[in-house]
Amino acid sequence: MKTVLAGRDLVLGYDGRTVLDRVSLEIGEGEFFVIIGPNGAGKTTLLKTLAGLERPQRGTVTVFEKNLTRMGRRDLARVMALVPQQLPLDFPFTVADTVLMGRSPHLGLLGLESARDREIAAAAMGFTDILHLRDRTLDQLSGGERQRTVIARAICQEPRLILLDEPTAALDPAHQLKVMDLMERFCREQRVTVVMVSHDLNLAALYGSRLLLLHRGRVAALGSPAEVLTEELLFEAYGCRLQVDVNPLAGVPRVTPVPGRVRGLSAGGED
Amino acid sequence: MRSRPVFDKFGLRLLGVILVLGLLLAGSLLLGLATGSSRASLADGWQALWGGGSSTMATIIWQIRLPRVLLAATVGATLALGGLVFQALLRNPLAEPYILGVSGGSAIGAISGMLLGFSSFPGVTLASFSGSMAVLAVVLLLTGSSRRLRASISKDGLLLGGVMMNAFCGAVIMFLISISRHTEMQQILFWLMGDFSLMTRERLPLLLLAVPCFLLIAIHARPMNLLLLGAEAAAGMGVAVSRTIVLLLVATTFMVSVVVSQAGLIGFVGLVVPHVFRVLLGPDHRLLVPASLLGGASYLIVCDLLARLLPAAGEMPVGILTALIGAPLFIFLLWRAKK
Repeated sequence: MKTVLAGRDLVLGYDGRTVLDRVSLEIGEGEFFVIIGPNGAGKTTLLKTLAGLERPQRGTVTVFEKNLTRMGRRDLARVMALVPQQLPLDFPFTVADTVLMGRSPHLGLLGLESARDREIAAAAMGFTDILHLRDRTLDQLSGGERQRTVIARAICQEPRLILLDEPTAALDPAHQLKVMDLMERFCREQRVTVVMVSHDLNLAALYGSRLLLLHRGRVAALGSPAEVLTEELLFEAYGCRLQVDVNPLAGVPRVTPVPGRVRGLSAGGED
Repeated sequence: MRSRPVFDKFGLRLLGVILVLGLLLAGSLLLGLATGSSRASLADGWQALWGGGSSTMATIIWQIRLPRVLLAATVGATLALGGLVFQALLRNPLAEPYILGVSGGSAIGAISGMLLGFSSFPGVTLASFSGSMAVLAVVLLLTGSSRRLRASISKDGLLLGGVMMNAFCGAVIMFLISISRHTEMQQILFWLMGDFSLMTRERLPLLLLAVPCFLLIAIHARPMNLLLLGAEAAAGMGVAVSRTIVLLLVATTFMVSVVVSQAGLIGFVGLVVPHVFRVLLGPDHRLLVPASLLGGASYLIVCDLLARLLPAAGEMPVGILTALIGAPLFIFLLWRAKK
């Protein structure tokens, strides 16, 4: 498998606090790679470092075997799209214009789109099912519609690699599934590599081809969902008991948080 | 049911905007050249414009009115464009070209020059320009690294720093005025209100310094759109964020300093013209940049024309008219857009 994105020995800290501690990873073409871990583990920072938005104090990031620091932002944007966690609510453009902005890294000096650029944008909007919203502005959309707009914008960029920071946070289950299904389809049909930060361990197990469990800035585990989502590893990272069994639906691990009252009953004196 | 296309033809809209506002600018230029405070009629001026009429009239037009109209056009274009850029970069609708302290710095420079008895050109001009460049240097030093610059923009630090800079300069200006003599006072006040009456031909080449800045801003129209989505999203779409911000900041401050050093502090153009076009054309900077450029130029030519014509004797500072006309106009547009 061809490696499309890799980090080697990444070290990054702010004001004397270490956020990433010798993180190494390799992500192959067509993978659905999910980064999990407790709050403050450094997940977002790792994603930003892989996207070239944060510069590590040590270590290197390579994209298609090229050192990230030697790539211009524009060259990078032609192969890698980014879906940040938050977008401003007061963005004045319509859905159609927002999606079309994804063409930016492919445009010339004056930034005028061709008919082909408009076709690609329309196709991306069709893919995420937002064509009917095209004339609305972002503040007139629901959370799920906004997320689909942002994803359409990223798809419109025609990347080989797409990085998403918690795209399903604050969405109801139906919209979470819709977003995850979209990304899975995009990954499978176009062979685009997906790298996602997620808080939802079950979604990670159901969709991820490989998971990375980050804990205090270090790689606690890296491998298939079954290898990473074990009760021991999760207890160590999250500091609470999470019951893991097999999801009858897909044969992947299923993680159930154990409430304190049940914990007291079943474990008999644990903690 | 016929389905509507997903996207409007952007190229046609751009062409339309440039054509309509280009014609408006051409019309204002001709009107500004043909009319003036001399007793000659509009018809005489019109004739002289095309090579006929008296030689006195021709001299008035080419030696006096042309430099002045061109100054008004450049100042209007620069201030409107400067306001547009700062409103986009600082993500603040109240931003205007003077917001980082350029007005305060150049005013201190100009007034000091006047009190020291410098000639109006090049002495006061240079003093004013040095003043605003000093302010730009302080702003860049304070923000320091590009990382801090981005942080200070997102947290309004740059904006607040500029407001403080202007407040400080305001105090210094008041002090300078308080120690000035009566004769100097009039000169200072006219400069502070914006004044085109001292424009002469030899100053014209200096205005060309603004043109490269126009071009630089024009090719950054699209990145300005993307920056409205936030620094990270813009970077993800291929914008070199820090470099773009610094470039736009320096280019804008530079061109505004150039025109302010020629014409003094003309207010309101930079605030209102971008907003008028936002109401009319929407948020796309690829339309707003050419619109502000052409529209700002036309607007100030017309304001200057009125400033020359309205008073029975002499003329009034053009800075009075820009707000006197612009504020009600904008309130009207806003009221109509709400309906």
